[in-house]
Amino acid sequence: MFEIFGIPSQALFGQLLIGLINGSFYALLSLGLAVIFGMLNIINFSHGAQYMMGAFAAYLILQYSGLGYWPALIIAPIIVGITGVIVERLFLQWLYKLDHLYGLLLTFGLALIFEGIARNYFGSAGLPYTVPESLQGGRNLGFMFLPNYRAWVIVASLVVCFGTWFVIERTRLGAYLRAATENPTLVRAFGINVPRMITLTYGFGVALAAFAGVMAAPIYNVSPQMGSELIIVVFAVVVIGGMGSILGAIITGFGLGVIEGLTKVFFPEASNTVIFVIMAIVLLVRPAGLFGRRA
Amino acid sequence: MKKTFGLAALAAVLACGGAYAQDINVKIGVLSDMSSLYADIGGPGSVAAAKMAIADFTKDHPNVKVEMISGDHQNKPDIGTQIANQWFDVDKVDMIIDVPNSGVALAVSQVAANKNKVFIVSGAAASDLTGPKCNANTVHWTYDTWMLANGTGTAMVKTGGDTWFFLTSDYAFGHALERDTMAAVEKAGGKVLGKVRHPLNANDFSSFLLQAQSSKAKVIGLANAGGDTINSIKQAAEFGIVKGGQKLAGLLVFASDVVALGLPTAQGLTLTETWYWDANDTNRAWTKRWHEAGAAASKYPTMIHAGVYAGILHYLKARLALGPGEHDGKSVVAKMKATPTDDILFGKGTIDPNGRKRHPAYLFEVKKPTESKHPGDFYTLKATIPEAEAFRNPKDSGCPLVQG
Repeated sequence: MFEIFGIPSQALFGQLLIGLINGSFYALLSLGLAVIFGMLNIINFSHGAQYMMGAFAAYLILQYSGLGYWPALIIAPIIVGITGVIVERLFLQWLYKLDHLYGLLLTFGLALIFEGIARNYFGSAGLPYTVPESLQGGRNLGFMFLPNYRAWVIVASLVVCFGTWFVIERTRLGAYLRAATENPTLVRAFGINVPRMITLTYGFGVALAAFAGVMAAPIYNVSPQMGSELIIVVFAVVVIGGMGSILGAIITGFGLGVIEGLTKVFFPEASNTVIFVIMAIVLLVRPAGLFGRRA
Repeated sequence: MKKTFGLAALAAVLACGGAYAQDINVKIGVLSDMSSLYADIGGPGSVAAAKMAIADFTKDHPNVKVEMISGDHQNKPDIGTQIANQWFDVDKVDMIIDVPNSGVALAVSQVAANKNKVFIVSGAAASDLTGPKCNANTVHWTYDTWMLANGTGTAMVKTGGDTWFFLTSDYAFGHALERDTMAAVEKAGGKVLGKVRHPLNANDFSSFLLQAQSSKAKVIGLANAGGDTINSIKQAAEFGIVKGGQKLAGLLVFASDVVALGLPTAQGLTLTETWYWDANDTNRAWTKRWHEAGAAASKYPTMIHAGVYAGILHYLKARLALGPGEHDGKSVVAKMKATPTDDILFGKGTIDPNGRKRHPAYLFEVKKPTESKHPGDFYTLKATIPEAEAFRNPKDSGCPLVQG
C-alpha cells in the first residue's frame, strides 16, 4: 500500500469510485438538461423539481399500490414525463420564439410551485424509502466496501446515458430530431410532425430527471428540497460541458463527480464550491464549454 | 343646595370612570426555518405551539393582550438579522422566539442585545449562546450542544465506545457540537481519532463515511442535524457501517428525523432530548391540541415546539409580574431569571444567570419496529439526567455575566 499526497492509496481509490457514483447522478441529470436545451433551446430550471417528483412518485407508488422499486423505475418516469408533456403543451410552446430568459423564468417559477406543493403536503424532513431487497448488501473490494446499490447506479446511468446519446446521434429518429431543431420549417415540409417531436423530447428529458430521482430515493433523503440542492451543481456541469452537447454533458458529469470526490478527501469544506471554481475557469478559457459548439 | 351638591358629587364620581386594570400589550415574533431542512423540527409547528401558549395564558389573564407574527429566516444569518431588526424597530415586537440554526441565533442574539429587547432561543443548539457569546437579553431554553455532548457522548463512552470519529456540519452549530462532544468524550476517558467537516445541506455523505470507516473508530459521531443527519444515517446503513461493528452516535436527532428514516433504519440509535411527546398523558394531550392548533396530522411535536410553548408562558408570566408600561429587554429577562419556572411540559425548573434554562434531560434509544405499538411510538427511556448534571455549570461557561 503506497501513499499519494499523504492519503493511503486504498482510501484514494475508494473516494474515486464514490466520485464516479456521484458523477452518475450528475451525468443523468445534465443529460436531460442538455437534451432539452440542445433540442428545444429551453433552459429547464424545473429539472431539479422534476427529479424530486420522480423520487416522490416512487414513494407514492409504493404507498398506494405496493409496487416497489423496479416497477417504479419504469412507471415514475412515465408519470412525471406526462406532466412534462402537459407543461410543454400548456406553457412552453409559446416561448420557443422568445428570448431564452422567458423559458428560464417560467420553469423556475414552476419549480418553486412544485416544491411548495410537496412541502405543504409532506413537510420538509423527508420520507422513508429503502434499498430494494435484491440490491441490498455489498461486497468488500479490498480498498473499500461497495454497496451493491451504488454499483447498480453506475451501471444503470452508463447504460441510459450512452443509450440516449446513441439514439440522438446515431439513429434516424435522432437525426430527425436534430434536423427539426436546426430547420423546423424544412423538416415539416417532409411531413414530419415537428411540434409533436418537440413535445415528446421535452417529456423524455423530464422522464430522465424522474428516472434519476427514483434511483436517488433509496440513498438520498426524499425531501422537497432534494432537487434544488442538486440542480445548481448540475447547471454548472452542463455549462462546463457545453450547453448543447450530449456527449459533453455525460463526460463532464462523470468527470466532475470524480473531481468533487477528490476534493472531499483533500479539502472537504470546499467540496461544495470546487465545481463552480472550475466553471469560472472554463468560462474564461472556453466560453462555449469544453465540448460545446459556438452558436 | 344639598341636592345640587349631591348631584355634583355624583357627576364628579362618574366622570372619573370605572376602576379597571390597565391592559398589558405584548407582541411576540416566532422566527423559524419555515421552508428548508429545519422546517419540521421548528417551522409551522412552532407557530402552532406559540398560538397554544398565548391562548392558554390569556384565558387566565384576559388583561394581557398578545399579538403574534411569524417569519422565515431561511437558515441565513443576514436574512434573520434583517427580519429581527425590522421586527424590533418597525413592528414593535417585544420578544423573538425559536430560531433553529445556531448561526442565525447568534446573530439575532446580538440584535436583541443592541435593541434591548428579549430573545428566547428554543431551536438553536450552540452552547456559545450561554457561553462566551452570552448577553443579558437572551434566554436559552430547550437544549444545547453541551447537554447533547454530555448526555449521548458520555453514555456511549461508558458503554464501550471509547474511540470517536466526527462527521461535522461546517458551521457554528456543528463546530460547537463537535467541540463539546470532544471534551465530554475525553473527560470520560475516550479518544478522538479524527474528524471531517461537510458543507451544510450536503446530499451525499459516502465520501465522508468512507473516511470514518477507514479510521476504525468505534463510534462515528454525527455532529449535524435535520436532513444532514438523515442522509448520514441512511447512507451509513448502505455502507454496512453498523454491520461492520462501528456505532453511530446521532448527537442531535428529533422525532421527525426518526419518521423520515423509518424505524428499520433508525432502530438502536442513542439520543438525548428534553421532551418526548409520548412520555406521559400530559404530553400526549398537548400533542393532540398541537395538531388541532394547525400542525400537520402526520407530524409529531419535537422538544423545540415544547420549548416555544413553555418559553412564551414564562415570558408572559414575567411581563404580568412587571405590570403595564414599557419594560426594556434586560429587566424582563432579569425577572424571568428571578422567577422559578413551572409549566406542564418541562415541570419545575430555573434559569441560570447566563440565561441557561435548567430542566432534566432524558437518554432515549430508538425502538425496534417490533417494539413500536402505535404510530409515533419511537423511544425507550434509558436514563434520566437530573437538571443539576444535564446542563453546564454557569461558572464553567465563560459567560461574562457570571461572576467567578
